[in-house]
Amino acid sequence: MADLYISEETADDFEMAAVDATLDGRHVVVRESERLIRAGTSARHGHRHLLLPALHALQNAKGWISPGGLNYVCETLQVPPAEAYGVATFYDLFRVEEPAQAGDVTHVCVDAACQIAGAADRIAELKAQGVNVHESPCLGQCERANDATGEVAVFVQGVGGPDSVAADDTPYELFHQMGDESLRLLKRIGVVDPTSLDSYRAHGGYESLTAAIEMGAEAVCTAVADSGLSGRGGAAFPTGIKWRAVAAEQGRPKHVVANCDESEPGTFKDRVVMENDPFAVIEALTIAGFATGAENGWIYIRGEYPLATARLQSAIDQALEAGLLGDDAAGSGHRFHIEIRRGAGAYICGEETALFASLEGFRGEPRSKPPFPTTHGLFQEPTAINNPETLLNVLDIVPIGADGYRSRGTERSPGTKLLCLSGRVAKPGIYEVEFGTTLGEVLELAGGLTGSGELNAVLMGGAAGSFVDRSYLDMPITLEDARERGTTLGSGVVMAFTDEIDLVDVLVRISQFFRDESCGQCVPCRVGCVRQNETMVVLQEKGSLTSERRQLVDDIAQVMVDASICGFGHTATNAINSAIKLGLVPGVPS
Amino acid sequence: MIDDPTSVVTVSLTIDGQAVEVPEGTSIHKACESASIDTPTLCWAENLTPVNVCRVCVVEVEGQRALVPSCARPAEEGMVVETDSERVKHSRKMVLEFLGSGVDLDQAPELQKWMDHYGSDTSRYDQYELPALRMGEAPKIQDNLYIRDYDRCVLCYKCVEACGDDAQHTYAIAVSGRGFDARISTEFDVTLPDSACVYCGNCIGVCPTGAIQFKTEYDLRQEDDWRPEDQDVTRTVCSYCGVGCNLELHTQDDKIVKVTSPADHSVTSGMLCIKGRFGWQYVQPVDTPTRKA
Amino acid sequence: MGGGTSSYLEVEKTDVVLLWGSNAREAHPIYFHHVLKGLDNGARMFAVDPRRTSSAKFADAWLGLNVGTDVAMANAIGREIIAADLHNKDFIAHSAQGFEDYKAHVEPYTLEYTEAITGVPAEAIREVAHAYASADKAQILWTLGITEHHNGVDNVKSLCNLALLTGHVGRWGSGLVPLRGQNNVQGGGDMGALPNKFPGFQDITNPDHRAKFETAYGMELNPNNGKHLTLMLEAMEHGEIKAAYCIGENPADSEAAAGHSRALLEGLDILVVQDIFMTATAQLADVVLPSSVGWAECDGTVTSSERRVQRVRAAVTPPGECRHDHEIIGELAKRMGVDSWGDPTPQELWDELRSLSPLHAGMSYERLEAEGGLQWPCPSEDHPGSPFLHGWLWEDDLGGRAPSPFSITEHEGPKEQLTEQFPLRLTTGRSLDSYNTGVQSGGFESPIRSGDELDMNPGDAAVLGIADGERVLVSSPRGSVEMGVRVQPDIPAGLTFTTFHFPDLVDINRLTNDEWDRDSGTAEFKAAAIRVEKLLA
Ligand SMILES: Cc1cc2nc3c(=O)[nH]c(=O)nc-3n(C[C@H](O)[C@H](O)[C@H](O)COP(=O)(O)O)c2cc1C
Ligand code: SF4
Ligand code: SF4
Ligand code: SF4
Ligand code: FES
Ligand code: FES
Repeated sequence: MADLYISEETADDFEMAAVDATLDGRHVVVRESERLIRAGTSARHGHRHLLLPALHALQNAKGWISPGGLNYVCETLQVPPAEAYGVATFYDLFRVEEPAQAGDVTHVCVDAACQIAGAADRIAELKAQGVNVHESPCLGQCERANDATGEVAVFVQGVGGPDSVAADDTPYELFHQMGDESLRLLKRIGVVDPTSLDSYRAHGGYESLTAAIEMGAEAVCTAVADSGLSGRGGAAFPTGIKWRAVAAEQGRPKHVVANCDESEPGTFKDRVVMENDPFAVIEALTIAGFATGAENGWIYIRGEYPLATARLQSAIDQALEAGLLGDDAAGSGHRFHIEIRRGAGAYICGEETALFASLEGFRGEPRSKPPFPTTHGLFQEPTAINNPETLLNVLDIVPIGADGYRSRGTERSPGTKLLCLSGRVAKPGIYEVEFGTTLGEVLELAGGLTGSGELNAVLMGGAAGSFVDRSYLDMPITLEDARERGTTLGSGVVMAFTDEIDLVDVLVRISQFFRDESCGQCVPCRVGCVRQNETMVVLQEKGSLTSERRQLVDDIAQVMVDASICGFGHTATNAINSAIKLGLVPGVPS
Repeated sequence: MIDDPTSVVTVSLTIDGQAVEVPEGTSIHKACESASIDTPTLCWAENLTPVNVCRVCVVEVEGQRALVPSCARPAEEGMVVETDSERVKHSRKMVLEFLGSGVDLDQAPELQKWMDHYGSDTSRYDQYELPALRMGEAPKIQDNLYIRDYDRCVLCYKCVEACGDDAQHTYAIAVSGRGFDARISTEFDVTLPDSACVYCGNCIGVCPTGAIQFKTEYDLRQEDDWRPEDQDVTRTVCSYCGVGCNLELHTQDDKIVKVTSPADHSVTSGMLCIKGRFGWQYVQPVDTPTRKA
Repeated sequence: MGGGTSSYLEVEKTDVVLLWGSNAREAHPIYFHHVLKGLDNGARMFAVDPRRTSSAKFADAWLGLNVGTDVAMANAIGREIIAADLHNKDFIAHSAQGFEDYKAHVEPYTLEYTEAITGVPAEAIREVAHAYASADKAQILWTLGITEHHNGVDNVKSLCNLALLTGHVGRWGSGLVPLRGQNNVQGGGDMGALPNKFPGFQDITNPDHRAKFETAYGMELNPNNGKHLTLMLEAMEHGEIKAAYCIGENPADSEAAAGHSRALLEGLDILVVQDIFMTATAQLADVVLPSSVGWAECDGTVTSSERRVQRVRAAVTPPGECRHDHEIIGELAKRMGVDSWGDPTPQELWDELRSLSPLHAGMSYERLEAEGGLQWPCPSEDHPGSPFLHGWLWEDDLGGRAPSPFSITEHEGPKEQLTEQFPLRLTTGRSLDSYNTGVQSGGFESPIRSGDELDMNPGDAAVLGIADGERVLVSSPRGSVEMGVRVQPDIPAGLTFTTFHFPDLVDINRLTNDEWDRDSGTAEFKAAAIRVEKLLA
């Protein structure tokens, strides 16, 4: 990784300026004089994590990553071009061929919520207008999908200018619980000014960090453990156990990471929080760093969230300015800094080990566990990684204590849960509900169904979750009830489908999503996702499956669940299999 | 090893009901081997870091929800391992079937053997109007030393490891793309002579399916004259620099047809440079009393 | 006893590597794999070389010293280690002698003084000294960049001093590693293909050694040391040598100032060449004896740079009239009237060698086969072989030996000074896909071969108005050649570099300097003075 071969193509001034601005002089090879040049293995390893930001700079500069541009980045960071190309081609937001149509790219969501709101029509319309359209998986704005108006989620990828989303210039209006006294996690949404630290502080901001510092790191870990808080990113792992494990590691640099990749189809809760209450995420991550003894905070946010990214960056800057971050964060005596990294369009990078690989400048391929992140996480160092919703709960736990926290929810699912309601409900949006509320009550909260049809199915937990039918309306929303009834809360997705909707079309799309998003590393998932999708396409075309194909569905599912490397492969057949098992798919015996 | 302390800590585990004791850190796969249990492997090799991506070696470990890759997972004290349970057999069968359904495995006899063993039926993906998606790559013949035929590529990552971190540190090739579109590729798919490739042929040495092979082998196969049963392998030492790399000369009809190196030798770990791999061509008999200079 | 002190695996676990005058990445690629493992395991590497070679690019720091200033650099590192009190005093007291003299001798080599000689910033020299001395395990690796100088032996000694100063020798993971340029250079030495040695590095002038060989061979042996190649050429010049029997060497192409050596070979009364190729030397010969390819057509052994003796085996039949070297020599002996030799097999010859060379005594064919080769010394069949040498330095009684002496080495600089007429320095080296004079490596089509080109610093090229790729006339006091220029930012001003693999196209050795080392007979390939001129249109 050092006697690099760089081809003759060179970058133009514009590309070089963009890369230079991003790297800010952080070069691997340092020419101290004509006779003394420094470089070396540790310097190269130490700079590799700058690859992703550098690729973003190239993509933004020209609308694609040219051979000359890539050469420039590779030379500066001493990354072999073949590897850098391998990284660039891993991500949807990067192009390695000069686009036929220059200028901004309009990404339009084609996943379930938008699919059933008429994404196909919208795309045809935009194309007819000459817009440079790129079909995209879920953009995390599912609450915007509206069957009645035909609105679907859009993200505009800028070339030579900034990226943008619909919410950029409008205040957020899709929050329906504003003013609800019982809110814990969402109480500041729509109330504070997300761009102002003063406003945040005026609404109780940073009181939790102060309290945490007073309690001491160990007490914070204990409170979190006793509270029974479990992860909200999908796997529901007990947060206290994770934090204590990292706190116990000594002698190596440690990290806390906020997993803001939020790409599970149907999920948008983290985005709403980050856009509207960014300081809360920063404060909570700071507490995580304090409690675990980690000095390095990272926010890995999906590339399609420009507004959330800008708000978080501004929050970090203000916090740093105010001494709430830095070498003595909030007077705690603890050094803590936060850096933001943008993903580039890859659902798999939400999987924690894939996220580390991506952040480190490699392809976002998940790693085998064990070893676990608490000992071998980011840069192979101890790492606590959490979903922002998980972190928000800590802001609540610290001041009121574990017992106070447990006053809501159930014994095994204490507290509240953020749910992302979308599909055919009257008021799609983010909702905070106490654990134990039933599914039926939740749908009522969102104004009940829209359209003329009857409820046919609800997708719980996203594409990686599972379908349930009407018989689940009485199911309390708790981890234990979901598990017992063979479904999942996953990332909090509740997407409603009425019987007007052809579920097979949705299943084809879901299988296409997994086919597109598999990292491709392991055979069961790389091939299995394609074969599953082919089976769904056959079903769509023929209206039924032969018994051999029906058998294939089960065979594929079993090997993917049993033998895939990561949670992606383990869950990629869930939605389809659950729909079949519940008899929701005509033409396919359950 | 000279620096390793001789006192070895061992762990005891049960494999298919059999008690097995192995040194700490031994993989389950190696432990199986020591118990004379044969395990298929594809992405694993003696001289490479396990990447555990192919999943053909999976076994069932009591108390673990998913199956585990035996090539990479160390044996632990008290582990109870099943290598022939229904779940294991199903996964191995399906993994091989998946591969065979998208890739040409004609030149991977070892895999063929296991496919027969587990009853993999690759034809069942093609029984419908919609043909199953395949790699669909044409051979890349860009020089006279070796060829790449990615229609045979199972994406085991071995060539990438040999070209990169595990040996050569040249990084001429890497995985590009994602999912089923992933391919082994140079930057922007430039030809090998235009890439960083230094023709060490270490990628050829590790490729399990013939997706990368000597041009000499490719040509003979094209002529239908590649006859492994008529070949000899002779171990010798490279004639170039003073490092002393061990070579295995594969000969057919008194001619060298390809060169490998033993993976378990301390000097090379199976790796060579361009001179050792391809520098033998001057030896080939010509019809003069001396060789052509 | 010449040989690398460490085995390859040790560099994978060492902490600091000084790569000195070696482009192992290209000249010894598989050894470099072991170095790379070491770097991946966290070792730091410093490359000391006039050029930032492909190997040097892997280094934490490259120190681009002036050609021929290695002794000054080594002495300065030694001085700094002592000045910073980082030398291993216990080790020196117990295992070394002559320290006070050494210390006094290197005293003038201050960092500043040495910066002026070498061109390397003082701070970097200091850094290397401290890193090397403070490391737990450290190795110094070198190749021809150290030895191919008129004072090559001094260069080596000055590096050995550093190991002695710090105790980085005689222990697993630390050591001194000269990398052998050719596959059996080490084996040739082992087998006594040196003018002053019998097999196993036993001295010809030592009566006991001689007596042993005389008894075994049943004849009287010449008690005087022979001549190495450079002296032989001198003797040819003076008419002292009139006949030569040349086995597997191509001096007509490979010797420095090749034009001169070619004339000398042509002037011999008789030249017999035994080779696998019709080389340039063979073309001058009166008799050519075609031989088989040692490693692919014949059985035997070779010895590698880590003193590992390994088997070679016949895999294919030699073409035409080619015969094995040992058969040819045996036949010649018969014709000369010695008939006691019989027709020994390679294994029988090897067993005879084992009976005479204690270093090899334990290395039976069976063991060489079973153990993947053995590293000498291996004095008996139950001896495991020796991964590293000089362990005795750490024994209480030094294994009964005298403490190891420091050497006194003085900076001299290259013999050929730069002049107004010849203002540029030329140094030579190997490229990855080619080998020596190209006789073997010419046998395959390498897609990455570029031919011998002259690498020049962009500034130097600009002054002469030379563009990248332009063909130029390159002259030294000994001759001129035409060749292409490659403008290379990696090469410091004032220096030029070329490979020497294509004598038919560019006869580089017409330019190089035949000043040779007093002790080893190696010529100063690495430091000629040249002039580069534009070709007249
Ligand atoms: C395919 C896949 C995608 C994931 N995406 C996300 C995500 O976008 N956000 C997230 O917080 N967790 C995601 N996870 C879960 C993470 O791996 C990890 O469990 C989580 O970040 C831990 O945080 P928590 O304990 O606070 O939930 C994903 C997991 C998988 C298998
Ligand atoms: S399960 Fe799928 S996403 Fe996960 S590692 Fe395997 S191929 Fe990649
Ligand atoms: S021949 Fe060597 S350098 Fe070239 S791709 Fe293969 S492993 Fe890499
Ligand atoms: S080319 Fe061969 S070694 Fe490389 S990934 Fe494909 S099958 Fe494996
Ligand atoms: S934004 Fe369209 S489904 Fe989520
Ligand atoms: S051999 Fe174990 S996963 Fe491939």
